Amino acid sequence: MSDNSKEVETQKGLEKVSGSYSDHEYEGGLAVVNTDKIDDPGLEPHRVRMTDKSVKHEKAAVRQVALLFVLSMLGSAFALWAYFAFPLSENLSSVRLNNMYLGIGMTLGLLGIGIGAVHWAKTLMPDNEVSEERHLTRGSEDKRAAAIEILNAANQESGFTRRKLIRRTLYGSLALFPLPGIILLADLGPNPGDTLRHTFWKKGTRLAKDPTGIEIKASDVTLGSVFQVIPAGLNPEQKDYLEEKAKAAVLLVRVDPSELIETEERKGWSYQGIVAYSKICTHVGCPVALYEQHTHHLLCPCHQSTFDLIDGCKVVFGPAARPLPQLPITVDSEGYLVAQSDFLEPVGPSFWDRSVK
Amino acid sequence: MSMTKTKPKNNTFLAGTANYVDERVGASGILKEFGRKIFPDHWSFMLGEVAMYSFFVLLITGTFLTFFYDPSMALIKYDGVYAPLKDALISKAYESSLYITFEVRGGLLMRQAHHWSALLFVAAAGLHMLRVFFTGAFRKPRELNWVVGFMLFILAMAAGFTGYSLPDDLLSGNGLRIIDGMIKGVPFIGTGISSLLFGGEFPGHVVIARLYALHIMIIPALILVFLALHLFMLIIHKHTHYAGPGKSDKNIVGYPLMPVYVAKAGGFFFIVFGVIMVISTFFTINPIWNYGGYDPSPVSAGTQPDWYIGWLDGALRLAPTGMEFMLGDYTVSLNILIPLAVSLIFLALVAVYPFIENWVTGDKREHHALDRPRNAPTRTGIGAAGVTFYAVLWAGASTDLIATHFKMSLNQVLISMQISLILLPILAFYVTKRVCLALQRKDKEIAIHGRESGRIVRLPHGEYIEVHEPLDDYELYKLVDYKDYQPTLARPNAKGQITVGSRVRSALSRFYFQDRITPATKSEIEEARAHAHEIETQVQKAIESDKN
Amino acid sequence: MKQLRRKINGLRRSPKALGIVMFAGLLVVGTGYTTVSAAVSPNREVIRTQEQIDLGKKIFLANCSSCHGKNAEGTANGPSLIGVGEASVDFQVSTGRMPGAASGPQLEVKPVQFTEEEIAAMAAYIGSLADGPSIPDAAYLQANGNPSTGGELFRINCAMCHNAAGAGGALTEGKYAPHLMNSSPKIIYEAMITGPQNMPVFNDANLTPEQKNDIITYLVYVQENASVGGEELGSLGPVSEGLVAWFGLLGLLIIIAIWLAAKSN
Repeated sequence: MSDNSKEVETQKGLEKVSGSYSDHEYEGGLAVVNTDKIDDPGLEPHRVRMTDKSVKHEKAAVRQVALLFVLSMLGSAFALWAYFAFPLSENLSSVRLNNMYLGIGMTLGLLGIGIGAVHWAKTLMPDNEVSEERHLTRGSEDKRAAAIEILNAANQESGFTRRKLIRRTLYGSLALFPLPGIILLADLGPNPGDTLRHTFWKKGTRLAKDPTGIEIKASDVTLGSVFQVIPAGLNPEQKDYLEEKAKAAVLLVRVDPSELIETEERKGWSYQGIVAYSKICTHVGCPVALYEQHTHHLLCPCHQSTFDLIDGCKVVFGPAARPLPQLPITVDSEGYLVAQSDFLEPVGPSFWDRSVK
Repeated sequence: MSMTKTKPKNNTFLAGTANYVDERVGASGILKEFGRKIFPDHWSFMLGEVAMYSFFVLLITGTFLTFFYDPSMALIKYDGVYAPLKDALISKAYESSLYITFEVRGGLLMRQAHHWSALLFVAAAGLHMLRVFFTGAFRKPRELNWVVGFMLFILAMAAGFTGYSLPDDLLSGNGLRIIDGMIKGVPFIGTGISSLLFGGEFPGHVVIARLYALHIMIIPALILVFLALHLFMLIIHKHTHYAGPGKSDKNIVGYPLMPVYVAKAGGFFFIVFGVIMVISTFFTINPIWNYGGYDPSPVSAGTQPDWYIGWLDGALRLAPTGMEFMLGDYTVSLNILIPLAVSLIFLALVAVYPFIENWVTGDKREHHALDRPRNAPTRTGIGAAGVTFYAVLWAGASTDLIATHFKMSLNQVLISMQISLILLPILAFYVTKRVCLALQRKDKEIAIHGRESGRIVRLPHGEYIEVHEPLDDYELYKLVDYKDYQPTLARPNAKGQITVGSRVRSALSRFYFQDRITPATKSEIEEARAHAHEIETQVQKAIESDKN
Repeated sequence: MKQLRRKINGLRRSPKALGIVMFAGLLVVGTGYTTVSAAVSPNREVIRTQEQIDLGKKIFLANCSSCHGKNAEGTANGPSLIGVGEASVDFQVSTGRMPGAASGPQLEVKPVQFTEEEIAAMAAYIGSLADGPSIPDAAYLQANGNPSTGGELFRINCAMCHNAAGAGGALTEGKYAPHLMNSSPKIIYEAMITGPQNMPVFNDANLTPEQKNDIITYLVYVQENASVGGEELGSLGPVSEGLVAWFGLLGLLIIIAIWLAAKSN
């Protein structure tokens, strides 16, 4: 393949062609056709099957096909029986048996027909390959001429090309008519407003355990513990329970205060090494809940973003770009952990105007 | 066939029915036109059928599921038979899915059959697409049918995704959460679109019902429309067949629709249904009872989408860290936008490939005889690169399972995938193309010199040669019958200018056809045979003289 | 007909029944010691005999001290064991994780190297050095709690690492959360209170002993009840399902298609 410059020139015995059919010629483009080609020997000779040669084999095949169909009948009958014979109960194994025996019966019912029909076609129906001529996809010249005539007549009679005003106003109306349909979709949901910027957390909201809602004391959180937290007062009965929970879920961990790296402005956000971070990943929103006690890493099981909990939950690996938002916490007079305020930034995945005040 | 012979009564019944139908719908014309249409037989032509039949199974099983399923997201206390969820606060959608599973006889079987056939539907459609690509079946006149098939593939993914979300369990809920996060990452309109989809904040109370409407109405309807178009064009074009002796662009070789193909294809529907049923009988799919109802706080390790969405999830995972930046006060999430863009560009390239190749070759002829993949080395290389690219993204969605099952570090698996995503497709292209060219060379060698017989003889002057046996005419024709293209130079157009388009086309034509193996010609073969004959006489002489 | 069904049911359950019997047996044997001590000391102050402590120290010096130090004070190769409690020793040694093999991202489960008495002796020795989590009370290992509460607590506190069906999952840098399909209630309980390796600690304020029992009840339920839908495919979710769809379903259909298109002889 080294002498490529020469390759551009047509080689001996090969010449540029265009495909030719009886009634039309197409460009062959860069195709070269081998004019010095071995002649097509035609279809390979037909091999006669055993079922065509011997009556014994033919009869055997007939029996096999019939047997497969009988098997199918037995399978379907078995499935009918199994439906009643394996009722469902409180016991899980009844579900398992119902599934299995119904399935076995239906499988047999289906496969018996399928394999039988194919076996019938393969062994007993003629297996001579037939060759049929193809025609060009395009219509014949006559047909095309007739079609063009119709198009022209239609154009003439309607004045589609001639009457520009009508044509252009039609285009305009066609372009506009879907718009009311599209605007109807606007009521699918409200304007997001600033809901994404606020959560259920407020100044003084106690931290509670998910899902029990039992409030957490600072002394409960021992070193190396991790608590899955929701705001106290978030009630499953309330209408927007899941929406609020989807924003308010928090992870609470106590680490050795000396290990904690805190920026100046967040100095007061932790309590004796107890820190609270939003659990909602800043990538696309999975709950980041895998906490490794010794590395202090938080891992998202969906896309493997990894956050360093002792260093402000900065991203250390994976597709996320922003640290998890921190919830400023302290303790109240009774020793319960409380939020100092709501999150100071929107939680969860990034969105276009999240930093716009 | 023998039945008609032994039971002539049947014949009159058949005739009577046929007459009845013909007098009312004119069926005889249709039957005359299509009854003996020829269909070529090859296993790889059945892949599209597998996809179509699994779609039928989806319609059948899916209809059954709709009788019991309730797409409401209202929370209720579970009061069914599955003990580990007793009194749990779950949505009606999840509750009704559990009801189908545990309290409807055969409900679990139908749910499993529905889910397995969904996975099969997309897999078979994908493999069918690959078959069409690697054999060049997308060439003129079938470019538009390729696009229709492409649309079917996209619709299949959409049908799958909307269905995946319906049980409203923890797994599918987190899947929706990811979708929500991706939508929100789209500049300017993201939050608005998310609010429209979820009817307010995530998860809201409406999204399941909306996805359900899409899943059971518009998406299957569109699939049916495109499927009809696909088959309509198949009838217009007739099926392709593999090139070979007696098979060319101008004919079609196979079996008549009636009776052989009706029996085979009809039987195959039952086989596809039966195989789906046997897998559904013995293999659990999507054990929703394990996941619990959706709750935005928990998540399960190994949260993954179904396989056909995996490559998109993989694209999200493989984005490098920290690709988000501020444009003034606005946040631009490249970690979401780049994976989205890469996926869309990949899909767009797949959709328009036939037009690109056609533009490069300029070959406007109709192609009905399929290429062996080796005889289109560059196309096969491109296909291999595309498959590799997709496969790396796909594997990217299971980095965690790869890490745990092969005892590797999650982080290293992810980094090596990022590198692989760029390097492996290039490598796959070159290796595949070289392998194709080598196979072509081997074919040409065999066509000209015949097969090695393993018989070594020593000629009188001391030379050792291996005797080659010539091929029979059919085998020989298979090796030389393929289409050959040559690169072109950028040529000036009518105005005497060399346009950019013409330069690009010339460059692409070199990329495609610079390295090519021309098919063996008749004179080359005859020359070689004459030479072989000469040697054979020498050998014979030597044997004679030995005997004397 | 009903009889036949019962027979089939019985046959199908029998391996499980065997498992339950064995499990119950293990419980009796394993808890005999603790129930006695619990009866003697209601405050769960574990009784350790001096012989046990001496034996434990001997085994410790011979097998553990090279990494954990002569007085369990820890070295560069192994952490201090002062205050880790008996539960830690029992968890690490009776799952074969300790003594640790060649260094890897985390300790692997291996064949157990010590007898139950030896493990109890080592636990007693370490427990005698300083207070720490003790062997769990058998009352909370009966798997007789509420599986529904347990399931919810498991999903919220454990499933992110161990998978919703307890099939395990990946952590960073080659570490992983093991699957829980063979874990006994005692081991599960000990893991929660000691936080082995990178697992966080779940103290009694976070999950009360009753809640821990609920979680164990849920896990035992999952362990004992095979999936109603057939083979579980490792409970790994959509990835293994996708592989079966490609290589099982589609593979099988391709083989059938090859048969279908092949010429009959």
